[in-house]
This record gives sequence, C-alpha cells and structure tokens, in this order.
Amino acid sequence: MSTRLEPQRAEPSAGVVQLTYREAIGTALEHELAADPTVLLMGEDVATAGGVFKTNEGLPEKFGLERIRNTPICENGFLGVALGMSVTGLRPVVEIMFSDFLPTAADALVNELPKFRFMSGGQCTVPVTVRSIGGATGRFGTQHSATGESWYIGLPGLKVATAATPAGAYSVLRAAIRDDDPVLFFEHKGLYGRKGQVMLGDDAIARIGEAAVLREGTDVTVVSTLLMADRSVTAAEALADDGISVEVVELRWLRPLDYDAIVASVEKTGRLLVVEEQVHAGGWGATVISELVQRGVPMGRPATLSLPDDILIAYAPELEDAIIPSVEAIAGQIRSVVEG
Amino acid sequence: MSANERVGWMRKMLEIRLFEDKVQELFMQGQIQGTTHLCQGQEAVSVGAVGALDERDYLTITYRGHGHALAHGMTMEAAFGELMGRTSGCCTGVGGSMHLTDFSRNLIGAFAIIGPSYSVGLGAAMSAKLRGTDAVAMSFCGDGSTNIGTFHEALNMASVWRAPIVFVIENNLYGEYSPLRETTAVEDLAERAKAHAMPGVIVDGQDVDAVRETTETAIARARAGEGPTLIEAKTYRYRGHSRTDPAKYRPEGELERWKERDPIDLFAAKLVAEGALGEGDLAAMRAQIQTEVDAAAERAAEAPVLSLEETKAYVYAS
Repeated sequence: MSTRLEPQRAEPSAGVVQLTYREAIGTALEHELAADPTVLLMGEDVATAGGVFKTNEGLPEKFGLERIRNTPICENGFLGVALGMSVTGLRPVVEIMFSDFLPTAADALVNELPKFRFMSGGQCTVPVTVRSIGGATGRFGTQHSATGESWYIGLPGLKVATAATPAGAYSVLRAAIRDDDPVLFFEHKGLYGRKGQVMLGDDAIARIGEAAVLREGTDVTVVSTLLMADRSVTAAEALADDGISVEVVELRWLRPLDYDAIVASVEKTGRLLVVEEQVHAGGWGATVISELVQRGVPMGRPATLSLPDDILIAYAPELEDAIIPSVEAIAGQIRSVVEG
Repeated sequence: MSANERVGWMRKMLEIRLFEDKVQELFMQGQIQGTTHLCQGQEAVSVGAVGALDERDYLTITYRGHGHALAHGMTMEAAFGELMGRTSGCCTGVGGSMHLTDFSRNLIGAFAIIGPSYSVGLGAAMSAKLRGTDAVAMSFCGDGSTNIGTFHEALNMASVWRAPIVFVIENNLYGEYSPLRETTAVEDLAERAKAHAMPGVIVDGQDVDAVRETTETAIARARAGEGPTLIEAKTYRYRGHSRTDPAKYRPEGELERWKERDPIDLFAAKLVAEGALGEGDLAAMRAQIQTEVDAAAERAAEAPVLSLEETKAYVYAS
C-alpha cells in the first residue's frame, strides 16, 4: 500500500458518548477510514464544507482529498467507478446527496452492484457502501423528500440498511462499510440533529440483518424505520401514561429482513402496526405483513400507517406536515389498534 | 516486434475467428442457447489492443467480448464452457456468453448493458492509481455506447482525475440494427474526446499492427500519469447484432467490401510478404487451430452444470 492510503490514526476510540445522528455518521466514517486504508468516501461535494449535510466535517483534513473525493454530478457514472474500485482492492463509500437522485444511478444500483459477484461465478466481492440521504419534513419539496427505502429491496445481491437513532447510525454504517457485499444505507435528514447515547468502538458494530427493539412493550408491536421509528418511540412514550404498552421494532436492515424479531414481538403482543414514510404498496411494510400472514402468526387484523397513495409530498410546510405521519397520528393509530 | 510474436497474433486472430464460427455451429445444435454476439471481422482490434496490456493491467469488455477474452489469454475451454453453461466455464456457467470474466487475469467485467464498461474500468484505473501501482485499465465498448450518458460521465471523470485508462471504441458502424449515421451526430467518434479534453485517435481496426501501435502509445501515456486516451477503431462485424439478427438492414455489397479488407487476410498477406510465414504454414496453422477449437468445445461440454445450492453461494459474499 502506498503512502497515499496509509492509516491516519490508531484504534477507534470506544466508550459511550452523546452524539447527534449527524455526528454519529461522521464518527462511523472517521473510524472506518482510520481503521482501513482502503476505505474512501466519494460523492458530490463530500469534501467541501463538510458535505451538504455536514456529516463529513473534518474528514478531508484528516484523510486528504484523494480519499474524501468530490465527484462531478453523475451518480450512475461514479457509482460504476465505485464498483470498479471495489473489485480491485478498495472499499468505497458513495454518498448520494438526496435519495431522490438514486434512480439516476439505477443501472449501477440495480444491474451492476447486486449482480456483479453472482454473474462472475463468485470471483469477486463488491464491498461498496452507498449512503443515501432521504426523507421528508425538511420542506425540500416533491423531488428532494423521498426516503426511497423500498425502491431497491427486491434485489438479491444487495443489502439494504437504515438508521433511526444516533447509535444505530454509527453501528449500522460501520457494519455496512465492513461488509463484503454492496450495502445501500439510508439516512434520514430529518434526524441529523437528534441526540442520543452512542456506544463507540468495534464492539458496537451491528450484526448484519438484525432489527433493534427501541422500546419494549406488551400491547402492540410497531414496526418502523428512520424518522417514523423515532416518532413511534415518542408516540409510545406518550401512550404509556394512558397505560398502553407499545413495543417499537426498528428494522435496521430491509434486506436481509429480521422476520424472527418481528414474529417474536408480535407473538408477545398479538397486534401489529406498520408505520412507514412511503406509500404502502410495494414497500417493506407490505412484505412484512405478507410474511407474517404466511407464517400464520396470530395478530388480528394488521394495521398500517403510511404516506397517502393519492398525493405526492408538497412543499408548503402545512401541507407537508399533513402528509407525513405525525407523532399524534401514530399515537392515534396505535390507540385504535389496541382498543379495536 | 519480433516475427515470432506477430505470428502469435496471427494465431490468436485465427483462434478467435474459428472459435466464433464454432459458437455459431454449437448454437444451431442447441449446445449453446439464449443469445450470442459474435465478433468475426473485428479480430484485429481484440488482438492488437488487448495484447498491448501487461499482466498487472485491468480490462473491461462487453457482451461482444469473446475476442477480447481470448486475446487476453482465456482458454477456449473456459470460454466454451461458459457459453454452454457448464462448470468448465470461466464463471462456472452462471454468466453465459455476455459475461466472460476472469479475475485471475484482471479481466474484471464483461457487461451486457451499455455504459458501465467505461465507469467500472475507470474505477479500476483509479484504484490502481490510489494504491500507488502503475497499472492501467482498458475499457472496450462499441460505437452505440458513445450516445449513453455513462460514456460521457466516465470520460469526463477520467480527464478531470487524469486517470490511467485507455478507452477503446470498436466502431463497427451499427448500434444493434441501426446504422451509426442515423443515431449519432458525428461520423468520427474520436471527435467526442475533444469534449472531454483528451486525445481522440482513429485507427484502422482491420490492421492489427496499427491497432497495436496506437494502443501502446495510449497505454504509455496512461502509465506515465498523463491521462486517458480515446481510441476509435474502425471495423466491421460480419454477423448481425446477435444470434437472431440476419443483418438484412445492411446495404448490398457492404459486407463484401469489408471482407476485402478482412483483418486476418490482410495480416496473413503481410506476414507472407515479410517471409515470416509461408503459404503452407497458414493452412497448417488454420487446421491445427480448428483441431484445438473442436477439442476445447468437446472438453468444455463434458463438465457438469453447477448445483443450485452452489449457485446460491454466489449471491452474497457473507
């Protein structure tokens, strides 16, 4: 390995600290860049002013502009570049500034990354992590607000991950970067300021495919991701005062999907609510319900709360707030599930 | 270049020609199914360009890639095996005709979709540069590929990053069934290099010596850190786009005119004129290669098909 890609510092620091979701992302990147000289970060403006969402602050100074690499605006092109790097000894992390831009890279994302190892007869590994920043509530309008989380879940060969908390962001992103398969990792820009306790260090690295129980409860299981998981926890806290005990399961991996964790929770609570920041049709929520029905898990009538199917995300703050499930809406839906 | 080495090129061009003819035959017999994209007529580009690479260099090719793979040293048995869907294939029969890949030789990708040959090749070139090696990458694609966004995206990035890569366009005049002039605003695709501030070079794709010389210059430039080159090799495919295409859209006489400049005939005449080959040598060489082609196909066909369980193991590495 040449001097260009030497490790920059010693072992990642460990211990529990309070970080924002944004800082947790940056810290995960920093720790993986420090631990492995073949890791690099590339994307539009990733090395300028900390990146568009300030997740990358300090990284260019620590690791240099070869490893924190700005690209032109050409997602399909630079995702293909990342693929070429990944099969020749590097471990690239690609930042897609808004999840709405993912479809411009659909050839690389759908046809190349997931299929490359398979088609070659297992001759290579494809350790590419795609960080995709999505989600509404930022008043970004119709073309900058999609979570995109279910767009690419039907692709064997690809892994799909998400994070709803700072701890999850740190833990899952590090696992994604270390994994030898392509991982599409969704961040939610509405969560970047959220603070939380984060365990740092190698012991905190997530196990691939494992869901997290964000809050334990006995009356109903809420399965969710990203901002909706965060809001579900807040709703659950509010309902606790009324004696409703809510278990919130966060799906940190949409492929592979942790059905066993959901089944275990629903077998305990007997009720299921899926909360998702996307339309229900064709998404992971519908897939979860399908699987549980096929497994014969007793759960009464499963409920859903998702984006309405007859409208798109609008800019006007009042409209956007009416379209995205709020804490109150989630609490109301939980109550109706529990009270029948 | 030594006479022996150039006789080796002759052998390789013949091998590619006879391999592709055999593929056609095996297709008619049902031993190869699906589709194939043959490259008879384009052998001088494969042999001239790929032969200029060193072992450490990277190569990306496309669905019309049998010639490149063989020129790169893939055995005919591994290529036939792949086309037959057998474990004797380079990808154990999982990839098929459009995906002749061999990581042990740095042939890191064969693409069935237009575009990523450029971007993935560029990734390998940048990887080589960042890892501090002096390896270069070569990416092949056809004339039709110069109209897709990824071509321009990759050329722009390659130029901005002064990447050690050589892009080779095989301009065989047709993008699938459509003549280039109907789909493309320029006649000489090398002109498109100007838009991305790199040298664009046109070479006679029927002349293996010319292809080799042009490619060597581009590789030397890439290896010296001076950046990418776009080479346009003017050539012609004798067959249609794919197995089901009889290529009736071609004007009368066009195929015959190109066959007058057949790359194998041209080079054979040159070698004979130079005294490197005798007339009889050529016939003997052809007969010997035909025997090798037939034997390789037979050996490849003897291998079993991979089990579904083993195939599943390819989906994820972990």
